[in-house]
Amino acid sequence: MFVLAELKDNVRIAPDHFNLKLVDAVRDEIDRKLANKVLLNVGLCIAMKEIVSLKDSIILPGDGASHTEVLFRYIVFRPMVGTVMTGKIRNCSREGVNVTLGFFDDILIPHAALQHPSRFDEAEQAWVWEYPLDDGGKHDLFMDVGEPIKFRVSREIFEETSPIGPPKAEGQQSQNASSSNAAAAATAAQEVKTPYKIIGAINESGLGVLSWWDQQGKEEEQDVEDGEDNTEYENDDDGEGACEE
Amino acid sequence: METVNATYSYITNFEVMQILQHIKGTKKKWGMHNLATVTYEALQYLEESPCKTQTRESIKNYLCDLAIYRLMPHEQLQMVNDPPTSALHTQLLIDDNKVPLTDEENEAIIQLTHKHFSNTTTEPVQANQQAPT
Repeated sequence: MFVLAELKDNVRIAPDHFNLKLVDAVRDEIDRKLANKVLLNVGLCIAMKEIVSLKDSIILPGDGASHTEVLFRYIVFRPMVGTVMTGKIRNCSREGVNVTLGFFDDILIPHAALQHPSRFDEAEQAWVWEYPLDDGGKHDLFMDVGEPIKFRVSREIFEETSPIGPPKAEGQQSQNASSSNAAAAATAAQEVKTPYKIIGAINESGLGVLSWWDQQGKEEEQDVEDGEDNTEYENDDDGEGACEE
Repeated sequence: METVNATYSYITNFEVMQILQHIKGTKKKWGMHNLATVTYEALQYLEESPCKTQTRESIKNYLCDLAIYRLMPHEQLQMVNDPPTSALHTQLLIDDNKVPLTDEENEAIIQLTHKHFSNTTTEPVQANQQAPT
């Protein structure tokens, strides 16, 4: 789930921090800059692990601060594709199921990657796994908000979110002042980009809401055969096999 | 900011938890609310996960015992982060394009989980849990 990323940065230490030890001042400065931020193609930065090396500090004309080139290792949240993680359901929408880990929210399990067959219950605003029963009927398994859920990371998407050009919303606002509010709101909504998004999948036996598999695990501890030849595409069969026991 | 190596190495959840607990225990400093937030939230997650009952020793012993099953490093990492407690669970952590484990191996791995980590799941008071809150 977590990795160490080796990064290099030029750290500016303001004169009012000269009373601190350089290592501590540098560490604080980097934590201030990176903690809880997403670095493009690196992941969500959590905290400093260690400083590897400090180059000589330099001062620049006209600036009382010192500048130091630092090589350091930072704890970064970036699960490998294929990792199985446990999170909680944040909410469900037509799009799929949103999962949160508490410190990281941008996890989506698209509806195509849910257990098959699933349907979206409009009244409950929840996805439902229509678990097939032996007698041809089905058993509805709801994915309620707050339930712990196990999923596999299937894809990661990084997106550049730093501003590239002048914001478009402003231009619109000045042009047609009447509808400006609505238009600006709409553009703003569209422009909210997620810097780091994880796409998950639960279409394998053993994945999904934890309580789905709890009882079964106890009942058929020995029935591992089913789990073994399970591939992502044949989870139906597995589901039924599990059900028969 | 320059990325020298985006994945210099992998780190277990347990290690992350220890570092964060240490950070949480130190004095709050000005302008560090981002660090405080992410530390708090990540700790909440980790302290609900199996790693809260682990110790450096138990992980080491667990990995020693797992060595005979010739698991890939990333499989081992996952098993440490989320020790399997059922056969279904074990299979999830094993690569699909590998020869699956036999029932006996599967059972043995689950037993290892219980052997090394379960004593601590039943008695939740543990040394590493008493970190400052």
